[in-house]
Amino acid sequence: MSRQLYQLAGFRKGAAVIAVACLGLGAAACSSSSSAPSSGGTGNVTVSVDCAPPAAENPVQHKEWVEDVTTFEKANPNITIDSVYNYPCEVPATFTAMLRAGTEPDVFYSYFTDLPQVLLAGQAADITQYVNSKTVPTLNDIVPSSMKAVTAGTTIYGLPTVNYTQGLIYNRSLFSQAGLNPNDPPTTWAQVETDATAIAKLGHGIEGWGDYSAGNNGGWHFSSYMDALGGSMVNNNATPPTANFDNSDGMAILEALHTLRFTDHAMSATQGLAWGTLQQQFAAGKLGMYIAAPDDIYNVIVPTDKGNVNDIGMGPLPSLTGTPAGSLSGGNDYIFAKHDTPAQIEAGIKWIDFEDLTPGLGQFNFARMKADGLPVGFPEPELFDGAAGAAINALRAKYATINTSYYAPFVNANEAGDGEPTDAQAVYKTLDPVMLAVLTEPNVNMSDLLKTAAANVNTILANSAG
Amino acid sequence: MAGVATLRKPRAEPRAARTRSAGRLGPKVRRNLSAHGFLIGAVLCFTFFSWYPIVREVIMSFQKAVLGGGYAWAGWTNYIRIFRDPTFWLAWRNTLEFTVLALVFGYAAPFFVALLLNELRHARGYLRILVYLPVMLPPASALLLFAYFYNPQYGLFDEILRLVHLPASQWVFQPGSGFISVAMVSVVIASTWMNMGAATLIYLAALQNIPGELYEAAELDGAGLWRRIRHVTIPQTRLILLMLLMLQIVATMQMFVESFVLTNGGGGVGDNTLSVVMLIYQYAFAMSGASNYNSASALGVMLMLVLAVFSGGFLWATRERR
Repeated sequence: MSRQLYQLAGFRKGAAVIAVACLGLGAAACSSSSSAPSSGGTGNVTVSVDCAPPAAENPVQHKEWVEDVTTFEKANPNITIDSVYNYPCEVPATFTAMLRAGTEPDVFYSYFTDLPQVLLAGQAADITQYVNSKTVPTLNDIVPSSMKAVTAGTTIYGLPTVNYTQGLIYNRSLFSQAGLNPNDPPTTWAQVETDATAIAKLGHGIEGWGDYSAGNNGGWHFSSYMDALGGSMVNNNATPPTANFDNSDGMAILEALHTLRFTDHAMSATQGLAWGTLQQQFAAGKLGMYIAAPDDIYNVIVPTDKGNVNDIGMGPLPSLTGTPAGSLSGGNDYIFAKHDTPAQIEAGIKWIDFEDLTPGLGQFNFARMKADGLPVGFPEPELFDGAAGAAINALRAKYATINTSYYAPFVNANEAGDGEPTDAQAVYKTLDPVMLAVLTEPNVNMSDLLKTAAANVNTILANSAG
Repeated sequence: MAGVATLRKPRAEPRAARTRSAGRLGPKVRRNLSAHGFLIGAVLCFTFFSWYPIVREVIMSFQKAVLGGGYAWAGWTNYIRIFRDPTFWLAWRNTLEFTVLALVFGYAAPFFVALLLNELRHARGYLRILVYLPVMLPPASALLLFAYFYNPQYGLFDEILRLVHLPASQWVFQPGSGFISVAMVSVVIASTWMNMGAATLIYLAALQNIPGELYEAAELDGAGLWRRIRHVTIPQTRLILLMLLMLQIVATMQMFVESFVLTNGGGGVGDNTLSVVMLIYQYAFAMSGASNYNSASALGVMLMLVLAVFSGGFLWATRERR
């Protein structure tokens, strides 16, 4: 080797060590900074609001949002709504990074399960003193479980806008084609097997049952199945909390899914699916049943995936007895950012009250939704009890464009909502491999899977408590 | 007088030395001004985008988030938690498996393709483009293409297996936790296809720099193809081979996007394609609440140390000895 080459090699060694050191690290830490308050000094205030529907993905919802902003700003000339367009409204990785960087909008969208990490990051403003029946007239009618999701102790950090429980979404047309009664959806796992098998026999790539096993969605569904059987994923009475699914209920769920996949051949050979895939399959008329909340229908299957709303019905979650003991419940809300000024908090509350919490306006403007061609009549969100709830239900019935009787089995089951488990995303993540193994391994040892997952969840919960 | 002269001389000399020194420094600075300008840019880039994050990450790995924002000192807690995580060891084992398999496929294949291209007399440029084409595809797109190939219902690979009456496979979702699992081999094949073009071109450039006289002399001495490769090609490209070997090991130890895209972020059946960097991602982003950036930082620091020790050892072991 020539001397020059050797010297070059020496230089490269140094460069390589630097490169290696740089490559060895993952995400760079972001410095914390918060946006400057945008309120003007003349009583004018600008408030940035998350989760505005983009025109490209949701053209009709976008048009309605813009209309609402115009109406609201006309009624409140000192307030400017700075819409932050995004779809989906939250991507967990981006959300976590945003919290760490302190760059969230003044009023930001979050899932009910997000509050602990928002508080841990110190990014939520205390809005307790601003929230009362004068600023939010329907406040006392908001269901307690939803208010609980935005409250820590007695401190309020946001306002809920959507809540849900899950049920069985099924294709009525495929039920008819398979010789099943579309008005009688299955309520037990045994009935699910019978009906799913019949649907899968239609052929042409049609599957009877679909489920997730990636993106934390497999664990999410498993949790809902557990709730329907009367169980709960985490035992919060223990200190620290412990996993509570390594039992006969957990085994019953896994056995039912494994049977659907490998004995009944009622599920697709393609597994490892995450949110979004089943909706596409369902909208294309290739899937008979899966579990979801009603918003899958009016937010995704019909407007985005172009499914036929007249083919869709809902029943209760499958259980062993035919009567679901409960359902995973969740939802989303708007949290107020730590950097908000009092004027921004007041303006933000005013906007949320207008857009999300008033019968007949914003998300409850069913007359406009009907005129715009959006399907109306779905049993969600059920955010209110009392007078507000009654008013919304009356409006919903008045402007319904769907056959609400198709949803009667779900509504009549009146599933009790069970909030999401402690450290929900971590628990779901741990159950994803269990679901994936059950749906891909013919000879899987389900007992071992549950035991291992329970041990992993116990480690997570212990770490969390510590 | 002599005494006066003796006294004056030492005073005069430093002045002259200072003048000479100042005279040299000015042109030197002026001559290297552009070099220093370029250097400042590079140093600033490294400072803000490499060294600062490294230091910050090391600090974060010893901290924990406290309620209400900010961090508190956590000692070794994050490291201890990681060691207790059962997926920690699995992720390291999988990463090692990927690295070994990627070396078998991804290191040897480009070298032999380069040898082949170097021997060709016609269509060399055209084939070079063909080999490099996959590198130009964004990795996520290339991997989605392979996700389609691997689909057990309508994928190309299972279609081929069915044509020749072989049992179909679930490829990346094939259960199995052996050291050479079908799932991991599937990931490696996709990764090799994506990345081999760049290595091939580097090898090819090195091969084309070998003086033709060496091959002619070898041929005159009666050396066949294998002996020419063994005694001419490999020694002449040794520096490039070693450097690429090290860089490839470092890169494959950081496998992330391949498994992440092909398994929908899940890591395969029984986490059989979960890598260390995927675990870092999961700590930081996929398990909001319980885990956090600090655990992710601790694992990042561990990976950095492993790679730094490996690289240092590798460079020491393969240094030119005189």
